[in-house]
Amino acid sequence: MKKDIILAGVGGQGILTIATVIGTAALVEGLQLKQAEVHGMSQRGGDVQSNLRISSEHIASDLIPEGKADLIISVEPMESLRYVNILNKKEGWIVTSMNPFVNIPNYPAIEDILKTIWEIPRNVTIDAEKVAKEQGSIKAANIVVLGAASPYLGLKYESLETAIKQIFAKKGEDMINLNLKALAAGKSYAVKRT
Amino acid sequence: MHKLLLLGDEAIAQGAIDAGISGVYAYPGTPSTEITEYIQASKEATERKIRSSWSANEKTAMESAIGMSYAGKKSLVCMKHVGLNVAADAFVNSGITGANGGLVILSADDPSMHSSQNEQDSRFYGKFTMIPTLEPSTQQEAYDMTRYAFDISEKFETPILIRVTTRLAHSRAGVQRVEMKEQNELHLPSDLKQFILLPAIARKRYDLLLSKQSLFENDAAESGFNVLKKGKDNSLGIIACGIGYNYLTENHPIDTIPYSVLKIGQYPVPRKLMNELYETCDEILVLEEGYPILEELLRGMLNKGKPIHGRLDGTIPMAGELNPKKVALALKLDFEDGHETPDIVKGRPPKLCDGCSHTDTFTALNEVVKLYGPGRVFSDIGCYTLSALAPLESINSCVDMGASITMAIGAADAGMFPAIAAIGDSTFTHSGMTGLLDAVNTKSPITVIINDNATTGMTGGQDSSALGKVEDICRGVGVEEDHIRVIKPLHRFHDENMKVLQEELEYRGVSVVIARRECIQTLGRRMKIKAQLKRESESAN
Ligand SMILES: Cc1ncc(C[n+]2csc(CCOP(=O)(O)OP(=O)(O)O)c2C)c(N)n1
Ligand code: SF4
Repeated sequence: MKKDIILAGVGGQGILTIATVIGTAALVEGLQLKQAEVHGMSQRGGDVQSNLRISSEHIASDLIPEGKADLIISVEPMESLRYVNILNKKEGWIVTSMNPFVNIPNYPAIEDILKTIWEIPRNVTIDAEKVAKEQGSIKAANIVVLGAASPYLGLKYESLETAIKQIFAKKGEDMINLNLKALAAGKSYAVKRT
Repeated sequence: MHKLLLLGDEAIAQGAIDAGISGVYAYPGTPSTEITEYIQASKEATERKIRSSWSANEKTAMESAIGMSYAGKKSLVCMKHVGLNVAADAFVNSGITGANGGLVILSADDPSMHSSQNEQDSRFYGKFTMIPTLEPSTQQEAYDMTRYAFDISEKFETPILIRVTTRLAHSRAGVQRVEMKEQNELHLPSDLKQFILLPAIARKRYDLLLSKQSLFENDAAESGFNVLKKGKDNSLGIIACGIGYNYLTENHPIDTIPYSVLKIGQYPVPRKLMNELYETCDEILVLEEGYPILEELLRGMLNKGKPIHGRLDGTIPMAGELNPKKVALALKLDFEDGHETPDIVKGRPPKLCDGCSHTDTFTALNEVVKLYGPGRVFSDIGCYTLSALAPLESINSCVDMGASITMAIGAADAGMFPAIAAIGDSTFTHSGMTGLLDAVNTKSPITVIINDNATTGMTGGQDSSALGKVEDICRGVGVEEDHIRVIKPLHRFHDENMKVLQEELEYRGVSVVIARRECIQTLGRRMKIKAQLKRESESAN
């Protein structure tokens, strides 16, 4: 088993939480992992990205080779497109939120962005903020996106649940339940195009 | 013990704790900051009373660590690559003094300049100082090498440099710990003159350092960090340093690679291994994350030996970090690209946070500067450097920490008036204070704006050595009381702030305007903790 995942978004959108959940789930299953994070400059409203590699075998590089990623998980639609050069053209999936984060004057029309995403084979788009709100809080939008990506991770769904319980344990029962519901809703509401 | 999931930086920190350090000395800087932060947050480190508070700059950090080594205890110094320039005087001379307690210097390089001004390669400093240098390729090696560095530092009585780069520093993987060592007892060097670098002593110490070079090289042959694996195909031999090895084995798993591979993790590189590779292979490919140091040594000035490939012959681009693709292309492997990045993707440059005090300061300054014409704001390194970008576009320089004040002095000497310096509080105590003293001593007609947000914002909000001391320092250095002004950068004080700025710009002597308002990120964090404590105490009642 080997999955190379790009996590994408804008600073402060919670991609490191997604990384932690997937990473913890991978450990639950006894897999190896490497996760390269971005720190420093890029955090102030800039684009952020993380390379997450999980595998049953030894992992050599901390970076995913271009053209080899199995999956892009993005909490922002334009950001999902920034890394398509790393995506495997023949098999890779894009899973992204449809909610734009507009903090630049030249942000393109969202319709055009979505159209571009839908032209790429194998994509899943989800109105993560709406789904998260329905589950109780917009804060869980990142976990909604993770839910939408869950079928492509090569991990058991229960392992993700176990990970969420572990990671949010300190924040109380309510937070655990919110995120478990967000994960499940993300999984069922995702619109898949192949 | 079970495996820990650690960043490369954290693995170094844990390795140092387990090696029995008594102190870490550091100034923040990406990608090295997390090492010290990990030790500061570590319960074990607290229980063992490992000192870990931030130093004013890299030079003071380095010197304090030499002092701890003199007193017989083990110490770690951490900095980003350009920090080693600041610490260089102490660092290079520490090669001559040698160490008593284990002394390890960690420098984190940033090839591709993810958040730096240059991509200098710290291995040069190791060679320059003639001390052993370690370069891990994995998080586990980062842990193991840190422990090992302290062992050989005490064995050879010499400081040791560890060099990492961004991708390892900021990538997580499983790390297996081993048992913790005890800290050293206070014990003086056997020769109490060892650290007195008067010429007569320094010459002897230098001879001693020179005589150790062969020991360092032998150690590098035997430590297990430099390994030659012979291949069947002799058409190519590959030298892979640090994480260059990861990109090689990503493309060619080490068990199946047909070529001979020399993995390098410790310098000076043993000539014996180099020679073995060189003699058995037709051509050599050198994979180095950073400058082509080994490559250049190997090819020599005239390049008359076997073909040596790497950055110098364009097999790999000179600038920028390595990655799996660059290495695949260097190996002439087929490489299937991903999709083309569509044009619709726009850049999202970093910017000042909404509500940041710097925005209000520079908005006021921009208006005042308009009266005198553009091109007169010398700035420095910190979040406020982002005022270089649209929409503010306020500043005209950012060279190295502290250079704002001193560049303003030079420009004023050349006849510019008014010349303005803009510097952060942490940068001010890092290396702005001495420049301010120069200005006072020559009555330079400059205005220094100190952006005092009570933290080291750029690197994530570490304590600032300047906290609560800025006015006193300015006074102490000799700035006149009337020309030390404090403003509160808020939109509602815009007109007042402009007036103060203009008054001080007009003054033909040294003036300081302290723009003081807390960084909203650290403020937010503080409020969160406060609310949490309040909730906890309420639920306890
Ligand atoms: C010699 C050196 N050390 C460390 C750094 C990393 N660094 C960049 S800016 C900065 C501090 C900024 O703090 P401050 O001056 O208070 O400004 P702020 O970011 O809070 O606005 C640091 C530590 C560097 N660039 N150069
Ligand atoms: S971190 Fe603080 S100093 Fe830096 S931009 Fe944000 S508010 Fe301003």
